[in-house]
Amino acid sequence: MAKLENREALNEYRKKLQSKDKKKDHKLISLCAGSGCGAYGTAKVYKTLVDELKKKKLDNKVEVKLTGCHGFCEKGPIMVIHPEGIFYPKVKEKHIPEIVEETIKNGKLVQSLIYKDPVSKKKISIEKDIPFYKLQQRIIFGNNGLIDPTSIDDYISKDGYLALEKTLFDYKPKQIIDEIKDSGLRGRGGGGFPTGIKWETCRKHKGERYVICNADEGDPGAYMDRSLLEGNPHSVIEGMIVGAIAIGSNQGYVYVRHEYPLAVKNLTIALEKARKLGILGKKILGSDFDFDIHISRGGGAFVCGESTALMASLEGSPGRPKAKYVHTVEKGFRQSPSNLNNVETWANVPVIINKGAKWYSEIGTDKSKGTKIFSLVGKVVNTGLVEVPMGTTLRTMIYDIGGGIPKKKKFKAIQTGGPSGGCIPERFIDLPVDFDELAKVGSIMGSGGMIVMDQDTCMVDVARYFVEFLKEESCGQCNPCREGLKQMLAILTGICEGRGKEGNIELLEELGAMMQKFSLCGLGTSAPNPVLTNMLYFRDEYEAHIKDKKCPAGVCKPLFHYEIDPDVCTGCGVCLRKCPQEAITGEKKKLHELHQDKCIKCGICYDACKFNSIVVK
Amino acid sequence: METAVDINWKAIEKIIDNYNRDPEALLMIMQDISDIYNYMPPEVIPLLVKKLGVKESLIYSVATFYKTISLEPRGKYIVSVCTGTACHVRGAEKITEALENQLNIKEGQTTDDGLFTLEGVRCIGCCASGPVITVNQDTHGGVDRSSVIKVIDDYSQQAS
Repeated sequence: MAKLENREALNEYRKKLQSKDKKKDHKLISLCAGSGCGAYGTAKVYKTLVDELKKKKLDNKVEVKLTGCHGFCEKGPIMVIHPEGIFYPKVKEKHIPEIVEETIKNGKLVQSLIYKDPVSKKKISIEKDIPFYKLQQRIIFGNNGLIDPTSIDDYISKDGYLALEKTLFDYKPKQIIDEIKDSGLRGRGGGGFPTGIKWETCRKHKGERYVICNADEGDPGAYMDRSLLEGNPHSVIEGMIVGAIAIGSNQGYVYVRHEYPLAVKNLTIALEKARKLGILGKKILGSDFDFDIHISRGGGAFVCGESTALMASLEGSPGRPKAKYVHTVEKGFRQSPSNLNNVETWANVPVIINKGAKWYSEIGTDKSKGTKIFSLVGKVVNTGLVEVPMGTTLRTMIYDIGGGIPKKKKFKAIQTGGPSGGCIPERFIDLPVDFDELAKVGSIMGSGGMIVMDQDTCMVDVARYFVEFLKEESCGQCNPCREGLKQMLAILTGICEGRGKEGNIELLEELGAMMQKFSLCGLGTSAPNPVLTNMLYFRDEYEAHIKDKKCPAGVCKPLFHYEIDPDVCTGCGVCLRKCPQEAITGEKKKLHELHQDKCIKCGICYDACKFNSIVVK
Repeated sequence: METAVDINWKAIEKIIDNYNRDPEALLMIMQDISDIYNYMPPEVIPLLVKKLGVKESLIYSVATFYKTISLEPRGKYIVSVCTGTACHVRGAEKITEALENQLNIKEGQTTDDGLFTLEGVRCIGCCASGPVITVNQDTHGGVDRSSVIKVIDDYSQQAS
């Protein structure tokens, strides 16, 4: 790979790659190697597939590509066969011989593997026809399923580094900033600050300026940044270079979680390849512009997602936030002007430059432009990453894309915005999702985590869960956050264990208001949100715990027991066989009995019964 | 479990040199050392002080602040149960319980034979496959109370 010495060389290189792509008359099998599918065994499937193709002497005619996350993680490992776009979910090693024989060799579908839509119950064989994908607008995430993240050629052939070329040679820094400002792009990490204004402010300050990518994705339940870095690292790199040109920076950093090893690996490879081609380093593409990017691995501290804490961590110190009397765009990393944006924000930049601010700003709502990637997870049929225009309703996401709630259970709430957000009840399900609408009902859009909760989720337990998380992650510097969370946790644990008292709810409200007002950083000021919104919308559940000593969802062990509903039990014996405590007795086809003295409330029988005859009392 | 390990000083020096003895890379250096020993042996600290020119107190401060660093020995296999929200609502606590029973240790402890350490981890970003556990670098998705026992058995067999 020789260095590309100028703009024309990059163009030539791209053209060559694109003509090669067009020539391909052979089949391409794309296999998702993202972390979700990987957890279901992509590596083994890949090896079996490559061996089988060799065995059948098809390896010269068929290309196999390990790609980044396709988004439909619930159905992993996912295989898509191009050019037709045949979609096979949940592919196992044992399916490979049949796929190769039938689909690859004979051009027929393997009927047993075709995806069945849970809503219409219809079989759908082509990827783009599946409702999960059909209702999305994947302008940022779309290339993930098509490119090998370790190949810079794959990225370049999909018009990669075109935005870099344009901004480097045709634009003045102010023009780039104006373009980003006009697009209406706002920070995707959760803050929603206008990106163009941040860049403009940083550029105004003198000194060695830094551009930094926040890949310390800490919100539990959100993983779009991981999937972007793993699946399309060059889009983030290109965004950062464009940002550096606009801001006037020669050094960039990506602060990424150590717990994301594949993201670190693919990013490292991508940076090396970009340097070799002369896209990073001294005199990029023969211009006068120098820029390089370094990786810094975080160490599992949630608070490091906060800008000042992140920069302290970059400097090799513990990540403790500082009061923001002076903003980081003026004095941040190494006391220099530092521009921090999140992974998804950076990945939006090349798209805006290529398609133009006008095109981009026509997507979305009045004040929230573009698309947003959400991680739709929890108690929903189609879990995965979903990219939709801002303003899409919760209902569309949960029911049309997500396929509804599994096992015919009842939807209860959707948690958005991670530990700084809140739980939104069913009555707001037609709310359009953007930065401002969710804030109106006491939650936030945040970085895009959407955790669906059903009737079996206890809202008091959810509040306790978030407070416990935040108590562990609080850096402990300021009193309101450190002590406030500790006391909140003690009260909530008491409620969950049946020691709740009259006045607990009011005390939680009082503590929450104090923390919102007086904590040092965003972690502390937003920490009470999950508790406060939760108490607002699900007060009856809190009261059931406190007054009646009952957990209606059957989660808080001291506050419920299981019973067998005599009208429903068929005496099938499944619960009896699965109970680890031998707490269930009964004869076949006769009503079974659950012995409370032996029951440990593990819930195995509850999950196992197909007739819902085990009930929470 | 206070078994001191044989430290390969050359390997440690190489790690420090890989980062050009940059004190800003302190955390990453300790992470790389942890990758060899599954923990950060405190015996290494004087060398870090000397090579990086940082105070011993800073090293302890960083080592105790970040979750990925442990100054105490950990097992050959580090079993981490994801406790992110998506895994939590799908029953991660029950997975931890099952593992605690199987390994006969509590979260944060190491088995007597030094084979397994059980930990909780904050969201590893495999939310759609929850509940999820990782064993060292391997991820196991969609686990339940019985399948995690099998996962552990497989690693036990590999070790014996």
